[in-house]
Amino acid sequence: MNRCLACHGTYYDQPGWRRLLMIEQLSQICQTCESKLVLISGRRCIKCSRSLDQLSQTYRKGEQCLDCWRWDQQGEILEKNLSIYEYNAFLKEWLATFKFRGDAIIASFFTNKLANMYEKHFQGYVPVPMPLSNERLLARGFNQSSLLMKGWADAIDSLVRTEGEKQSKKNRKQRIRQFKQNPFSFKSESDVKGKNMVLIDDIYTTGTTVRQAARVLQEHGATKVASLTIAR
Amino acid sequence: MKLSPQIESLAQFLAGKRLLLSEIPFQQDVITEALAQNVIEKVSGLHENGNSLKCKRCGNQDRSLFGVHHCARCEQDCSYCRHCLQLGKISSCQQLYSWSGPPTSHGNLQDTLKWQGELSPGQKQASKSVIQAIIDQTELLVWAVCGAGKTEVLFHGLERAFATGKRVLIATPRTDVVKELYPRIQASFTQVSITALYGGSKIRHSNAQLVLATTHQTMRFYKAFDVVIVDEVDAFPFSYDESLQYAVDHAKKPIATTILLSATPSAQLVKKRSLNIVKIPKRYHGFPLPVPRFQWIGNWKKQVKKSQLPPKIHHWIQTYFAKKKLLLLFVPSVSTLATISQILIKNSIEHASVHAADPNRHEAVQAFRRKNISLMVTTTILERGVTFPGVQVAVLGSEDDVFTEAALVQISGRVGRKKETPTGDIVFFHYGVTKAMRAAQAHIEQMNREGGFS
Repeated sequence: MNRCLACHGTYYDQPGWRRLLMIEQLSQICQTCESKLVLISGRRCIKCSRSLDQLSQTYRKGEQCLDCWRWDQQGEILEKNLSIYEYNAFLKEWLATFKFRGDAIIASFFTNKLANMYEKHFQGYVPVPMPLSNERLLARGFNQSSLLMKGWADAIDSLVRTEGEKQSKKNRKQRIRQFKQNPFSFKSESDVKGKNMVLIDDIYTTGTTVRQAARVLQEHGATKVASLTIAR
Repeated sequence: MKLSPQIESLAQFLAGKRLLLSEIPFQQDVITEALAQNVIEKVSGLHENGNSLKCKRCGNQDRSLFGVHHCARCEQDCSYCRHCLQLGKISSCQQLYSWSGPPTSHGNLQDTLKWQGELSPGQKQASKSVIQAIIDQTELLVWAVCGAGKTEVLFHGLERAFATGKRVLIATPRTDVVKELYPRIQASFTQVSITALYGGSKIRHSNAQLVLATTHQTMRFYKAFDVVIVDEVDAFPFSYDESLQYAVDHAKKPIATTILLSATPSAQLVKKRSLNIVKIPKRYHGFPLPVPRFQWIGNWKKQVKKSQLPPKIHHWIQTYFAKKKLLLLFVPSVSTLATISQILIKNSIEHASVHAADPNRHEAVQAFRRKNISLMVTTTILERGVTFPGVQVAVLGSEDDVFTEAALVQISGRVGRKKETPTGDIVFFHYGVTKAMRAAQAHIEQMNREGGFS
């Protein structure tokens, strides 16, 4: 009997050879919760992974979503973003439990999945965790990005976050407008010159945060900067 | 010792609670001073003993409900409790603070009861036992059949408690029950300060003399109450489980009255030796409880798989639709609920469906109550705490494990709750009679016998 990492209910794993031979890892969450996680599939924005099938025509520009098209007009700095799951009500609640309630071990469900994506799409890139401000780190007790990298990458900080206001408390306009006031700065001892970097985070919402971080890395000599997140 | 005004207000806030530092809205220097004066006490939030862990707030000891991570605060691997996470995270490096200075008190309020209703003979007897338990500070189980009117049984006891300055907690596993009880109790005791605490309510802390709270919200209290009343002690999914018991045991003062309310107490609880029991075997309106009948429907899962409604169920629905009755159909699982709903749509049978995780649950129940919809298909979520006048009830697949004796008694208890419509149909449609079904039927018949019906 297992305990579901999401709903805390108990359940039994579906028996199967793959599990028995350890080809497939143990499930960690029950079938009901598993069914609520939706992998991004079908046509997606070539830039940010957003599912285009679910987006109305007015928010699309060819193979891109309107947001990414707008970023292009401003002079794009992010190479691309890849995400695994759709940011639906279930995942929203679960990631809030992870980050805001501090349920750190939820990260363990995603680490392997992120590692696989990294192997497949970001060979040769240096993974970088999104930093937290010091106060936030002390309040939360952990950095969620570093936890998401556990077991497959060394979470070496190249960035420092100075400003601490919560992104999730602002609306879209506020977030995009404050793009100019960059909360990130470069960690002096790091070296990113000529390297390709991939930022690891839990959610890509408007894409403002990753681009702010990407800009700092580029200003310090990084060649390409991309991002990899759980949800989009 | 004279306390400074700041510490005095800290006492007002903290007395009767056990909280994390982050929940206490006072400056660090006030807390430090209070610690120095020995008027507050701190204990570590998690009790670690070799390999075992216990959460001091919720009593969780299940390894699979603890997490661990490298903590930026204490800079080591730090465990935390996942069971009561929604109340604010408790980690190994966190402490719980409680007031240990002079006790704060509530005044004696005389003649607080504004309710003027009449108690049935059964209620009257139970009411006397409640008053006695409050005076003697003992433990009492009020075993009242569904529709006996449990809440009114508490009223005179509560009045007595307030008259002697006692502080009272009404705890229940279900948010719905808190929300339903709150306005009724408020209307009956207008002079008493009353607060309702449940997940999602704006209020988090309360010094009220009467507190209504869910299991989780009860966990913030510590040695606070002279009288603790636990409603629906057997309600799914908590039953009188360890965490509610732990929460209640910590929320009450070392010497206190405990009153348990249930229509379907577990055998284990009934056997408890220190417990006095008073039974109300008769409904307040004086009519007997409707007794469930059994109807075999064969392998209904197979029929449902083929998108067919079992003919007997179809017939049952049509019969009562013709009589313009409200129908409640219980099914064993959320997945059955979805398939049955599709089959009903295919047969153009208008209905609504609800389950626990359904965001539109309350709207659907309201529509049913207003008779905008005649058929409601539901999981066990509606097994208790709801009254629909004139409803007829059926259970599909009553042989399923989720339909325990208690669940089936509660489900049967939805029928005939109103004086105007004291009877109605209750059918268990099954593919094999279970022990639980027989026990539920026997339970109801026994209560009717004790109520003087034969």
